[in-house]
Amino acid sequence: MSSVTLHTGKNCAFLTNTRIAEKVPNKGKQTITYKNPPHIQGRMSVVGAKEGRGPLGKYFHKVLDDDKMGEKTFENAEIKMLTAAIDGAVNDSGLKTKDIDLIISGDLLNQVTTSNYVAREYHVPYLGVYSACSTMTEALNLASTFISAGHFENVLCSTASHFATAERTYRYPLEYGCQRPPYAQWTVTGAGCTVLSASGNGPKITMGTVGRVIDFGTTDLNNMGAAMAPAAMDTMVALFRETGAKPSDFDLIITGDLGKLGSDILRDLMMEQGYNLGQRYIDCGNMIFDVTQKCYQGGSGAACSATVFNSFVLDKVLDGTYGTVAYFATGALMNTQSCYQGETIPCISHAVVIER
Amino acid sequence: MDESKRNQRYEDYVASVTPKTGTWRSLWHSFWIGGLTCVIAQGIGDIYYALFPNLGKDLIVSFTSMTIITLAILFTGLGFFDVIARKGGAGSFLPITGFANAMASASMEFKTEGLIMGTSVKMFTVVGPVVVNGIVWSAVAAIINLLITGGL
Repeated sequence: MSSVTLHTGKNCAFLTNTRIAEKVPNKGKQTITYKNPPHIQGRMSVVGAKEGRGPLGKYFHKVLDDDKMGEKTFENAEIKMLTAAIDGAVNDSGLKTKDIDLIISGDLLNQVTTSNYVAREYHVPYLGVYSACSTMTEALNLASTFISAGHFENVLCSTASHFATAERTYRYPLEYGCQRPPYAQWTVTGAGCTVLSASGNGPKITMGTVGRVIDFGTTDLNNMGAAMAPAAMDTMVALFRETGAKPSDFDLIITGDLGKLGSDILRDLMMEQGYNLGQRYIDCGNMIFDVTQKCYQGGSGAACSATVFNSFVLDKVLDGTYGTVAYFATGALMNTQSCYQGETIPCISHAVVIER
Repeated sequence: MDESKRNQRYEDYVASVTPKTGTWRSLWHSFWIGGLTCVIAQGIGDIYYALFPNLGKDLIVSFTSMTIITLAILFTGLGFFDVIARKGGAGSFLPITGFANAMASASMEFKTEGLIMGTSVKMFTVVGPVVVNGIVWSAVAAIINLLITGGL
């Protein structure tokens, strides 16, 4: 992998036309401060074999040795994986499935079928959500809103993605011999699940920022990092301005799946906005795979940030390494037709703030 | 600053930071992998010629192509054609092997939806453009040939 030139961002000037509300504490345009912050009571991450061999392998709760899980189709394997994540998280929270009041789930397949089929087995109210790779934070924000308002007690948020099913939905057949450019990314096989409760002693979700759809006119379907970085910047700037926070107020800032290139671009963009992200910023896609695993710029997919968040990040929050974490998942909202029709790639990023 | 200007600026910036594919390295890999494929095919043809000298040149060529196609499909099924192709690029998809791989991989991929609605419908998803353009442009070429030379 060739190295990326890091710009200092002094001569870019991308953002003169954004209209972000100036600092109004607790009354942001995009940022919600939850009055009754929900607690993260249970979590589970399931990943495929390749992810298990990556640098974060030891943190994941369950690593599959067969990406097909003995099923006939990869779609069924994804369903099984998501079910395993949900069961594991419910178990971890000490609750029973019947105690769950609502399931909010999403994935990358057409009409979020994986989540729908999984929800079929639970006989629990269900909301299927789609926000591409930022589905996890969208689900967490919705769940937190429901709990904070007192409508539900225990809400379960989950996402799944599978390399094989995503390839078939968005790209080529698996065995088709095509070359990927060095800036491509690799869809993570995995499923992550978080159980939020109104009571408990787990880490709290104190704030959430709902993203705007941002499109800087990128058209290259392989360069997802570059497409999504502006969306992450927009939401990040919104959160910082609306709460009056600085990057140094957070112990850890994570983005979903910008990959190596995208996270370098985000650093540049944020530098230009006057925020130096520095060492406290990491990207899940950049961390989940090793350079030697030939995944180019790193991982992507709805499960990328969901699995890393539910394993590594929450582990570190629970053991006291990090006190306040800002979690920005980023998603690209195109489909294969829209790009062939000459459309650019609109992107979004939603954020949640977790405090111990 | 309006949006298109900003987008143009961002595009320029992204282009300056995005890593490029190494042209000379890719050319070298496709050269030797494509070349090796052709040498192997030629070798198979020569063996056929030595074994069955009475078959005639056209038939030998057809049999050689069929063998290479079979091998490519076999490699696809065993799951290592894409590994070669990742390295070989145009060197592996331009020869007849690439066409075989594209069809075989699509047929395998969509087998889960059944033989009719899956394999039969989706078999040509990747090679469709090749087939259509091959037929259309050879027809155009034939018409031009007919108009210029007055015969085929």
